[in-house]
Amino acid sequence: MANTYDAIIIGGGHNGLVCAAYLAKAGRKVLVLERRHVLGGAAVTEELHPGFHFSVCSYVVSLFRPHIIRELELAKHGLELIPLESSFLPLPDGDSLCRWSDSHRTRREISRFSAKDAEIYPEFGLAMSKMAQFAKQIIDNPAPDPASMKPSELMRLLRLTKEFRGLGSDLMHMQMQLMTMSALEFLDLWFESEVLKAPMSVSGIIGTFLGVRSPGTAYVLLHHYMGEIDGAFRSWGFSKGGTGTISLAIANAARAHGAEIRTESPVDHVLIEHGQAVGVVMPNGDEIRAKTIVSGLDPNRTFLKMVGESNLDDDFVTQIKRFKLRGSSGKVNLAVDRLPEFSCRSGSEHLRGDVAICPGIDYLEKAYDEAKYGDFSRRPYINMVVPSVVDPTVAPPGKHIISCFVQYAPYNIKEGAEHWPERREAFGETVIDTLEEYIPNLRETILFKQVLTPWDLEQEFGLTEGNIFHGELSPEQLLFQRPTSGWAKYRTPVKNLWMCASGTHPGGGIMGAPGELAAKMMLKTGGV
Amino acid sequence: MPIPSPFHPRTFELCTSLHFKDWAGYHAVCRYDTYHEREYFAFRHASGMIDVTPLFKYDIMGPDAEAFLSHVMVKNIAKLKHDQVTYCCWCDQRGKLIDEGTVWRFDDNTFRVTAAEPSLSWFDRNKRGYDVSIVDVTEQIAAVSLQGPTSRDILKLASDADLDNLKFFRMTPATIDGFDVVITRTGYTGDLVYEIWTPNKHACVLWDALMDAGKTYGIEPAGLDAMDITRVEAGFIMNGVDYYSANHCLIENRMSTPYEAALGWTVNLKREPFVGQEALIREKEQGPDREFVGLVLDWDEYEALQAAWGLPPEICNEAWRDPRPIYTPDGRQVGYATSGAWSPTLKQNLALATINTPFSAIGTELRIEVTVEYERKTIKAMVSDKPFFDPPRKRS
Ligand SMILES: Cc1cc2nc3c(=O)[nH]c(=O)nc-3n(C[C@H](O)[C@H](O)[C@H](O)COP(=O)(O)OP(=O)(O)OC[C@H]3O[C@@H](n4cnc5c(N)ncnc54)[C@H](O)[C@@H]3O)c2cc1C
Repeated sequence: MANTYDAIIIGGGHNGLVCAAYLAKAGRKVLVLERRHVLGGAAVTEELHPGFHFSVCSYVVSLFRPHIIRELELAKHGLELIPLESSFLPLPDGDSLCRWSDSHRTRREISRFSAKDAEIYPEFGLAMSKMAQFAKQIIDNPAPDPASMKPSELMRLLRLTKEFRGLGSDLMHMQMQLMTMSALEFLDLWFESEVLKAPMSVSGIIGTFLGVRSPGTAYVLLHHYMGEIDGAFRSWGFSKGGTGTISLAIANAARAHGAEIRTESPVDHVLIEHGQAVGVVMPNGDEIRAKTIVSGLDPNRTFLKMVGESNLDDDFVTQIKRFKLRGSSGKVNLAVDRLPEFSCRSGSEHLRGDVAICPGIDYLEKAYDEAKYGDFSRRPYINMVVPSVVDPTVAPPGKHIISCFVQYAPYNIKEGAEHWPERREAFGETVIDTLEEYIPNLRETILFKQVLTPWDLEQEFGLTEGNIFHGELSPEQLLFQRPTSGWAKYRTPVKNLWMCASGTHPGGGIMGAPGELAAKMMLKTGGV
Repeated sequence: MPIPSPFHPRTFELCTSLHFKDWAGYHAVCRYDTYHEREYFAFRHASGMIDVTPLFKYDIMGPDAEAFLSHVMVKNIAKLKHDQVTYCCWCDQRGKLIDEGTVWRFDDNTFRVTAAEPSLSWFDRNKRGYDVSIVDVTEQIAAVSLQGPTSRDILKLASDADLDNLKFFRMTPATIDGFDVVITRTGYTGDLVYEIWTPNKHACVLWDALMDAGKTYGIEPAGLDAMDITRVEAGFIMNGVDYYSANHCLIENRMSTPYEAALGWTVNLKREPFVGQEALIREKEQGPDREFVGLVLDWDEYEALQAAWGLPPEICNEAWRDPRPIYTPDGRQVGYATSGAWSPTLKQNLALATINTPFSAIGTELRIEVTVEYERKTIKAMVSDKPFFDPPRKRS
């Protein structure tokens, strides 16, 4: 049977779509198959309640590679980003800290807690920018392979080493710290005020099953500083219309280049003949063949479900099983009939950015402790945004959307993950109770509520164990080891089967980089 | 010394940054806060409200008003319908641009002209033989511009106007809070836009009514810095920045014709004589020597120049107005860019430039001067179609 497609991409998450767009742009005939009724995967917008358009999973953008926006002309295809203006930390004692894009205003805010920290804060920002600049070399290229003896690989390593040296000894030292330390230890080197360190350290735990004192979390912190909008590192933005707009813009670009995209088309498994991927099989048994198959799913799902252990050697299966997923977060989305009013600060200016509920280090550690023993945190870390303040298209006038990213909500609760549905309501109530400590009348303003547990993230969005990044971003699961050493360049042990999603280098988040790098690698090496 | 506009009690109170500048003799807000981002994004995603009182305004009345305006304007104003507004320019006898603005028609014999510069004496000089009176109402009429996707919703709440039927470049009388206003569907951001005009005494009440109605629609007071970026995205030319009024030029090279300024589309040549007609006919036949065009600056070359210094790409978040030379790839200067901005919406570095023909053709690859780490360099710049940003809602 003749191949009608050069490539089939399993999964219409943003990475699958980016990969499809690049392949189609290079003239390949591409088919994308998405299980759900909407595109985007974890970067998706859904009108869950009339007039309210929710960024169901991911809610802010920063890591998305600017060159992908240019190369795929995503602005023309509907992508619009609106910057977050601030980071707000309400405190239980009625005080609060807000960090603004206005540096002097931020300095004044911080100096209420520590005059020293207030001045160090921009220095820290500069050092992190420098690190991010170095990291950019790494995230915008396939992972270097230290085991390789190929001259081109060695040259790249050499170049990176040179650049690394160019950072100067202080920053080189800092890079080492980032790779090994805990987020908190790392911040301790700079700051004294807990009010500052608590909200900064949480960047180190997002999406991991680790605490702010766990080694390795400093790197995740950097991961959240690497984002770049309009040349400014570390800036975060809302995507107009929700994060699904990003996925739809990418899909528009892919279609403009001739890609075919189908929703409500779950793939049952990859068709393998003589050890080679030759197509996909749909649940009704229909086969669709292509020269190349690309998986936009996480590594676990790709190999253990789509390929099957029997088609893989044992070592590889062991490594994939060892790849840490361990989802640790959930999401609560609310439609409310008015702006939330914080008891510690009046007005709404501080709602134009994100809000962190993490009043102290002990609070975060306690939250982690509960999770370690198989429960969701009774007082969790919450990252909250109200996108309707700056983007009126997502809610009716005067009404608002509150999006809450919640950690810790371990996938493996002590009752067993499959019991999450019974705990869902209680989890949602915990989040609302926590918020009500800062927004007293919140509950009575709620018009609609969606609670997503890690179990729901797995069942509905196909994120194994509810891991938001397709695998933890811990140092041993990064770079040439993502998803596993020897297979970090988008290829798999199955001939003609490739990977293109967050479980590959450079990792999770709305980044587009795995999809882009996978496509470019396939095109360069004749993989498609 | 600039004077306060009738909205000053409100704008001054809100402008916590105290960033004002002189606009046609008035205090005008550059940006309300330290940064203008919020205002820019309000223009593109909600609504920005900007005081545009400093525009010059003239009421032209009398039995010959239509004939007079057709005589001074390059456009045939006789074709303008009641309650219609048109954008056009006017020239001197040599066909050199004097100014541009809007002409509104209230009824058979009543018009209003808005202009960037004082124009009374120019109109006066040309009115001989016409039964027309020209009244400068600049200091009597206050105006705010409400620009952005939610502007219509806000105005619907605030006024009794039938906005669903108010088309692009039309106007309507209306009442807001019991007093009379005129709403025109005009603006300078290339978005869904309205301008609201009322006698000075109602200014603050108008401001309050709009701010109040806009509360749930993300309204933000906005200043000139944010508008500067949007007008570059919209590709609009600016008097005194992208061209100079012939009235102020010492040398001919400084002057522009409408064809050079990309305003040729506003010129109706075949009709009764009008000021500049002969020169413009000649110019049209010969074709202009240069043209006002859009440029999109190459990102990769810019990034590479910065990277050579170990710098991340630096993006200036303000619009610029200092002229910059434009070259052919082999280094010959063929023009100059007069304004530009990074477009946060389009994610492109944009410029507006006057380029010698034939290098002004769309798709021509040129080079623009940029300064990187105090060194003068050039990067690629493509001649592109204007407007750069043209959302369907603009005309919807
Ligand atoms: C709750 C939550 C909050 C987050 N917040 C942020 C944030 O604010 N900012 C940020 O940058 N990142 C955030 N992330 C992470 C980010 O959203 C993800 O890393 C990223 O979207 C993953 O994209 P992807 O394309 O790699 O994979 P996915 O988006 O997971 O795409 C995989 C796709 O495959 C589909 N699929 C699964 N099985 C099949 C099958 N058998 N057949 C066909 N299709 C199938 C799925 O439906 C899905 O569409 C968040 C994630 C979650 C879950």
